Amino acid sequence: MSNDFYNIDSVLSEEERAVRDTIRAFVDEKVLPIIGDCYIEGRFPKELVPEMAQLGMFGANLPDEYGCAGLNNVAYGLIMHELERGDSGVRSFASVQGALVMYPVYAFGTEEQKRHYLPKMASGEIIGCFGLTEPDYGSNPSGMITRALVQKDGSWVINGAKMWITNGSTAQVAIIWAKTGDDKSDKSIRGFIVPTDAPGFTAKDQKGKLSLRASDTSELVLQDVRVPATALLPKTGGIKSPLMCLTQARYGIAWGAMGAAQACYEEALAYAGNRVMFGKPIAGFQLQQQRLAQMLTELVKGELLCVHLGRLKDAGTFTPQQVSLAKRNNVSVATDIAREARRLLGANGILAEYASMRHMANLESVYTYEGTHDIHTLILGQAVTGINAFE
Amino acid sequence: MKIAVCVKRVPDMDVRFRIGADNVSVDEAGLKFDINDFDAWAVEAALKLKDKDAGSEVTVISLGPDVVQETIRKALSMGADRGIQLKADKAPFDGLAIAKALSAELKTGGYDLIFFGKMSPDSSNGVVGPMSAELLGLPCVTAISSLEIATGRGTAKRELEGAQEIVEFPLPAVLTVDEGLNAARLPSLKGIMAAKKKPLEVKPAQLGEPQVTVRKLELPPERKAGRVVGEGAAAVPELVRLLQTEAKVL
Repeated sequence: MSNDFYNIDSVLSEEERAVRDTIRAFVDEKVLPIIGDCYIEGRFPKELVPEMAQLGMFGANLPDEYGCAGLNNVAYGLIMHELERGDSGVRSFASVQGALVMYPVYAFGTEEQKRHYLPKMASGEIIGCFGLTEPDYGSNPSGMITRALVQKDGSWVINGAKMWITNGSTAQVAIIWAKTGDDKSDKSIRGFIVPTDAPGFTAKDQKGKLSLRASDTSELVLQDVRVPATALLPKTGGIKSPLMCLTQARYGIAWGAMGAAQACYEEALAYAGNRVMFGKPIAGFQLQQQRLAQMLTELVKGELLCVHLGRLKDAGTFTPQQVSLAKRNNVSVATDIAREARRLLGANGILAEYASMRHMANLESVYTYEGTHDIHTLILGQAVTGINAFE
Repeated sequence: MKIAVCVKRVPDMDVRFRIGADNVSVDEAGLKFDINDFDAWAVEAALKLKDKDAGSEVTVISLGPDVVQETIRKALSMGADRGIQLKADKAPFDGLAIAKALSAELKTGGYDLIFFGKMSPDSSNGVVGPMSAELLGLPCVTAISSLEIATGRGTAKRELEGAQEIVEFPLPAVLTVDEGLNAARLPSLKGIMAAKKKPLEVKPAQLGEPQVTVRKLELPPERKAGRVVGEGAAAVPELVRLLQTEAKVL
């Protein structure tokens, strides 16, 4: 971390620092020069995918026997941190591909599915998306309407609609979550690997976003989409399965948010040192120092939280509630840091030439997706009181 | 082809340096270290040859304390095959001492090509490559900006002031690499994991007694604060006068 005020590098291994340095260099050289324009144009920089794959960013914490890098979870988190230092949309792409597509194939798939899909997903040959959220079921995915009905020949027919699907129009396959059988309970929810060129499958770009503009966000419609029996992820069963995927992704988001925050803090610090007003750099005014001190403090706390959570994840002892705490805190403070950076930059802060307002707008999405801030509050409330306040 | 690349661990040049308590070295506290850029391009040059001829083996050699293993592993993570640390408490300033230790190791390796960066920005001597070539009795081409190897001979380009020089040489040879030869590849994440399993030999560096030593290191004198002589066109005559009489640059 270039402004490593708390010497957090000293608790990272050589290998973790090497991973971080590779992704940092990639972001500096390839993402930062183009991302402002991509944001204005409202396009995901698809041209970056081959190099991201070649460097090994997709599913980097999955085993090398499936063509993945086999990194530990701290190194994986550092990848997300650096990618989001570039843009939340670029990090979201990698999060979805790794944590929401490759992870369920790895965790719930057959050996054949793993051997077929994971190497091609690691190499970027197959891009995936994750279809859980529906137009009327966001924070309450258990209520989903999408249904998969088994046919006499063992194949499945899927009907339903999914919304806010990152990579939806880019993907070759979608992990679709659907209720099976007639019981309509969330225990019947299962996951399917659905090719996006299957008859009856349509993806439509969601227009008019003021956030995550350098990301593909789509609506999926499945109308009598027929998939073979082998499309089912056999070890999925109940709402717990997609929630396990979300825990993986949220872990990466906790890291990623601090990457965006770091970009904003560093931009603000550099700007404050250069911008002269009333005859001196604005960094010399107490009001701006207060801003910078507050940003730095929350940045350091959030990053230390990430490293510790990563160590717990590597030890196999972390809980989904701990991930909720990190996602909730880090995205919230990152949003505050981005907003304060934007303000410190004055009028220049509203330009795409600077990163802070882009990050600020992106983080509003991150605040809401993968479990809203409020839902994570209730998860923590339930964890400490034992009382469910959801219903 | 057997290729060796000699690499050095250097501080990140973008930071402000402080002089150490001994007055002859840089205070390393808070500095970030990485492979010398010129050496990274040298590693890349070797790896490009290996890309064309998979039978090639690239050996990376670095002289210094155990922290240089990290620099060696960086080259291994880019794709080099094995590393050798010539262990010493610190790399001496004397380029000849370093060249002697390196050439003692290099002469046993049977290398077809030996790469160096053309210089390192910390000591800026630029002598270790040519001195090693001399000690090995091998042809040396310095500061190359392009390279072709075919059937036991090489062709390299050197950038001169206002001209380019194309030189030809037989193998084995020593080459030092200039900026512009290539862009060093980033270590892939798999490469970083694989580097841990690649062989890294540690041997004592045969440095001998250094003949050139640093007596004192000091920062350049502080620049005097600037002076505003006036504003707008009215200030020009005074500015010209001061540039002539005081600064004596006109």
